[in-house]
Amino acid sequence: MKGLKRRLIVLERIIKAGAINFIRNAWLSAAAIAVMVITLTIVLFSVIARATFNQTIAQINDKIDVSVYLKDEVTTVQKDKLMSQVQQLGSVKSVTYISKQEALDRYRDQNQGNSSLLVAISQTDNPLPASLDIKPKDPNQLQELKVFLEKPDIKNLQSNETSYSGDRKEAIDKISHATNFFQQAGLIGVIIFTLISMLIIFNTIRMAIFNRRDELSIMRLLGASTFYIRGPFIVETMLYGLIAAVISVLICNGLFSVSAGTFEASTLGLLDIKFANDYFLNHYWLILTGQITVGILIGAASSYFATRRYLKFKSPK
Amino acid sequence: MILLDRVTKVYGKGMTPALSRINLHVEPREFVIVVGSSGAGKSTLLKLLTREEKPTSGKIIVGGIDYDKLKDRDIPYLRRRIGTVFQDFKLLPNKTVFENVAFALEIVGTSKHEIRYTVPRVLDIVGLKGKEKRMPMELSGGERQRVAIARAIARQPKILIADEPTGNLDPKHAWDVVKVLQKINQYGTTVLLTTHNQEIVNKLKRRVITISDGKIASDRAQGDYKG
Repeated sequence: MKGLKRRLIVLERIIKAGAINFIRNAWLSAAAIAVMVITLTIVLFSVIARATFNQTIAQINDKIDVSVYLKDEVTTVQKDKLMSQVQQLGSVKSVTYISKQEALDRYRDQNQGNSSLLVAISQTDNPLPASLDIKPKDPNQLQELKVFLEKPDIKNLQSNETSYSGDRKEAIDKISHATNFFQQAGLIGVIIFTLISMLIIFNTIRMAIFNRRDELSIMRLLGASTFYIRGPFIVETMLYGLIAAVISVLICNGLFSVSAGTFEASTLGLLDIKFANDYFLNHYWLILTGQITVGILIGAASSYFATRRYLKFKSPK
Repeated sequence: MILLDRVTKVYGKGMTPALSRINLHVEPREFVIVVGSSGAGKSTLLKLLTREEKPTSGKIIVGGIDYDKLKDRDIPYLRRRIGTVFQDFKLLPNKTVFENVAFALEIVGTSKHEIRYTVPRVLDIVGLKGKEKRMPMELSGGERQRVAIARAIARQPKILIADEPTGNLDPKHAWDVVKVLQKINQYGTTVLLTTHNQEIVNKLKRRVITISDGKIASDRAQGDYKG
């Protein structure tokens, strides 16, 4: 019991000493915090950009479908049989039947501004074929469906060439590439800036140790434990991480509130700002906690190594 | 209390040993004075006892702790059992007298309550009652050294090691410091004192160990010192 109490007292004193050092070293701390803010902001942007790209891809994937156009002679029985066959394919998410009338209605809807086209189409007997709209589970895995649709007896029921929304697939590929690129660039940025902030913290602690070398050597001679001597430095840099994390989230917050007003259209190139903003706000606490964790880890690791290097804990030879 | 068995310390290869095959036995509650000219090996002896240095060979046992079995992480605990006083005081200049003494207790996790109880008592023992709020700079050398002694005894160590505590002091203040050490010894603490000061040695009439060229030249029960 007494040992535990002592330990708690020691812990309390270490945290207090760390906080005091932090305030005393205000200017040195500011530099270390600034670099950590940059690092953590890059981390944050990478995370949000990744989520946003993934969302964009998912949205486009959802729009991809395969249209199978049916000949007018196809009977309801044949149509139903075909639908259930398609439905049973592993790669198919859903099948919808569009009748000739529905196709016509859609066509009219889509071309409402173009009266001459509408007149032309109403003067003939409905020329549009009925079709099956097939949504694949994964737009990159259409092979099974293709093979099935190419079978002679199935092919026989079809009027036109099947449409595979080729242009959309290209868009998806482009976005995937962009996502990969941004992820890699983000990762490299994160690594570089993490290293820079660790170096700067390392140096800050080195200077702090140098400034207080007399006090530290007295502490050691009086029998202060390694933990007691090292603890305040680690607490100090964990505070850097904590503050930098909060600032980076606030920066992000500020950027979103500015950009939401500026880019009313809400889509800037590939990045869907509205979604990014929503994602940020919906995961606000998770993001904040994550940032704080990363910040504290970077801070603690740097000062751990700095103190190991400069507070010679090893016993004399 | 302190046992050295054939202890040798060589600082660098090919150098003459700072200490060579030292045998020493100090009983509990003894007051031992170690004398010798500069470079004789006094400081090395004390540094071995506080584990600031490791012996090249030989065995050291202090307060039942065998230094051969001591791990790095146990060194702080060893030092907590030994009070140390230095020639240059080693006080923290930006802390008050009270805070300097409290510091030794803080680092081992003593509660605030206990600190408030202990610090005035040890300051009383060293004769600095009422000077709790002074800064070290405002004190005389003798007073500063007594603050350092108060700090060293605050944790009630069994052994007090005083490395030339009077080295920087004039005779009157030096004698004040020695009187405090005697008092602490009467309370039951083993005291190991190194000094250059002939007058103090001869006046104290205690066991005197003379070190010369890294060896024990003499060890007398009520010794004197001729410088």
